[in-house]
Amino acid sequence: MSLNSFWFVIIAVLWIGYFVLEGFDFGVGILLPVVAKNQAERRAVLTTLGPLWDGNEVWLLVAGGATFAAFPEWYATLFSGFYLPLFLILLSLIVRGVAFEYRSKYGSEKWRSRWDLAITISSLLPALLWGVAFANIVRGVPLTKTAAGYIQYSGGFWNLLNPYALLGGLTTLSLFVSHGAFFLALKTDGEIRVRANKLGQQVGLVTALLAVLFLGWTMLGLTSKGGVIAGSTVVVVAWLTALAANMKGREGYAFLFSAIATAAVVVTLFTGLYPNVMPNLTAGGPGLNIFNASSTHYTLGVMTWVALIMTPIVLLYQGWSYWIFRKRINPNQISTPEVGVLDTVH
Amino acid sequence: MSALDLARWQFGITTVYHFIFVPITIGSGFLVAGLQTAWYRTNKDKYLRATKFFGKLFLINFAIGVVTGIVQEFQFGMNWSSYSRFVGDIFGAPLAMEGLLAFFLESTFLGMWIFGWDRLSKKLHLASIWMAAIGTLLSAYFILAANAFMQHPVGYVLNGTRGRAELTSIMKVLTNSTALAAFFHTIPSAFLTAGALFAGVGAWMIFHKKDAEVAKPALKIGLITVLISFVIVAVSGDTTARLMTTQQPMKMAAAEAVYNTKTNVPFSLLTVGTLNGSKSVFQIGLPSVLSFMATGNVNGTVEGVNNLEKSYEQKYGPGNYTPNIPFAYWSFRLMIGFGALAALISLLALWFIRKGQFPRKRWFVRSMIVLPFLPILANSFGWIFTESARQPWVVFGLFKTSAGVSPGVSAASVLFTMVVFTLLYGVLAVIEFGLMLRTIKVGPEKTIDRDDNSKTLTMAY
Repeated sequence: MSLNSFWFVIIAVLWIGYFVLEGFDFGVGILLPVVAKNQAERRAVLTTLGPLWDGNEVWLLVAGGATFAAFPEWYATLFSGFYLPLFLILLSLIVRGVAFEYRSKYGSEKWRSRWDLAITISSLLPALLWGVAFANIVRGVPLTKTAAGYIQYSGGFWNLLNPYALLGGLTTLSLFVSHGAFFLALKTDGEIRVRANKLGQQVGLVTALLAVLFLGWTMLGLTSKGGVIAGSTVVVVAWLTALAANMKGREGYAFLFSAIATAAVVVTLFTGLYPNVMPNLTAGGPGLNIFNASSTHYTLGVMTWVALIMTPIVLLYQGWSYWIFRKRINPNQISTPEVGVLDTVH
Repeated sequence: MSALDLARWQFGITTVYHFIFVPITIGSGFLVAGLQTAWYRTNKDKYLRATKFFGKLFLINFAIGVVTGIVQEFQFGMNWSSYSRFVGDIFGAPLAMEGLLAFFLESTFLGMWIFGWDRLSKKLHLASIWMAAIGTLLSAYFILAANAFMQHPVGYVLNGTRGRAELTSIMKVLTNSTALAAFFHTIPSAFLTAGALFAGVGAWMIFHKKDAEVAKPALKIGLITVLISFVIVAVSGDTTARLMTTQQPMKMAAAEAVYNTKTNVPFSLLTVGTLNGSKSVFQIGLPSVLSFMATGNVNGTVEGVNNLEKSYEQKYGPGNYTPNIPFAYWSFRLMIGFGALAALISLLALWFIRKGQFPRKRWFVRSMIVLPFLPILANSFGWIFTESARQPWVVFGLFKTSAGVSPGVSAASVLFTMVVFTLLYGVLAVIEFGLMLRTIKVGPEKTIDRDDNSKTLTMAY
């Protein structure tokens, strides 16, 4: 395997990490208003994410940084091209991070309900927009070659909201919501657990339908369908297993298989993309692939060493932190849920 | 305004804003780790209460520093795609390393620290805050190495066919003299900033008769941290100035508004009049100090703006290679001035509180409240100086800022995002400042429940 292909795989792995991990925490944020009915429940739901969400988000930062390092042309064309969607994602991630940290500082109902609304919206937007972005990448976008020889996005904002991409967005949104529900069913106790289980089943069926439509449409657009058919099969089988496990109340398996299905979605999309990284919508037009978008062999070599040494270490300690916080959280473990730490002067 | 100007403004606004919080986070992370270590060693309750109290201030800052940092990584691609294409082969590597080595470390271990009070052993819990603090240091190093390439490019070769700079030695990029000097200038500045915050908070608490047990050590630790850091900042600042003289002589000349090449150049403290070199101006200067700062020799020659402009035009072709001189001159002075003022106030304060006294005077507590803001201003002016006085280059001698902007992004798009970022950042600043003040007012918890068998969570969102 060439270093270029290897780095394509690494980028895919980073996005798998991101979708599987932040995917569920987007889902939890979206479900907050429906799954939790009082302050204790809301705080229990948010506390399941407490020690995890920031580490989950780093997968995105590393995916971005690794794309910059390994495929600078891809990074430049993608980030300047998908300008407004990425801007909306940025806004969401900014608001979400401070919302988690600040919402329970005061007991005030007004203060908390505003941050809760912020959490829901800022979880929903990226969950939708990442799907839109990836669907567009796989489908191909209008690209032109500039005088300087750069390949540049030339489609504008509305072009990104085509039906196929919107279906992709709805698919990731629904996928992340169900994935989040499975996570909550696994990590909470009491009524939240029951509601999450039920919601996971309902939204999970919608996800199944959307995923089949989306992956089917993806297949139609590609000439070599082998990889995508295999990937889609894994998605469907894993997803049905997750739903079956959820129905039987086997929460660990439900979450595990929804994680596998999420990972398989990313694998399927990247398989459909390979060896391109940003194909042109018009066949035969200029596009970016793992060769013309890449860094030099030397840089890829350096980064390979860094990735091979660091990724296992990161997985080890991040996994360990998940293990430390494996216990279920029950709303009755939250003492004085209505009170914020800044309410009374000591 | 053009997309270029707007993109520059956006970078300035978002970066200066981000860097208000970064030094506080880096410095107070270590100070909090130090307090917790003191608790671990002595088992004294006051250190635990101090750890939790300053830990809250640290986390309020950390949250906003993290989220505004994400913008930085995206922004290169969004607004500066041509720049990203030109430097990606080199610049992307330290950025990716920052993510893999530093961001994962800080975020994971900080999560363990915040939520792990009742889940980890005392020792592991202490280790987690140290790991997070080390993560912030690594992060600083990689991003400074990336920035150093823009100040003083090393370890690269130009590829004409692909129109980009390509990496030839990662070791050269990571051991760039400019990066090392910047690291030893920026990190102690971060400690200075956090020290000033601790001292200010401590003094305010003592003045208002709140929890002297926590406030007294905070004040003392804060002041000592400021003074020790200031010495290191001054020494590394001196090294940085000398490197700047050889690597970016125009920046040094701009910092001092030296138009004509001279020897025995004084360091000007203050200038009245214009700084455009045409009129004679009134200056108060320290004789030969600039020559010494720049070259290490009182008789050293400092190249002037006019001579450098001429030689750059010969070397790089026609164009304007002079940065905004008054801007550079004043930002350089404000950086040094605010930093030195913080050190001076801290030195005097340390004198006043010797033998455990505390002057209950309004002027004293007021200057202690001003203290934390001084290094924040110094940090901001320092970066404003170092980035703006490099202009017109984005990568010195290789690539101009004007060539770096995204060709496909309209001025309207950049304006729109800039306005929204600025509004959001403004709102967040008000919220964060309010939370900081309230946390200080609420003060440290009086008693800390250390019952490990408790059914309730020690920490919940």
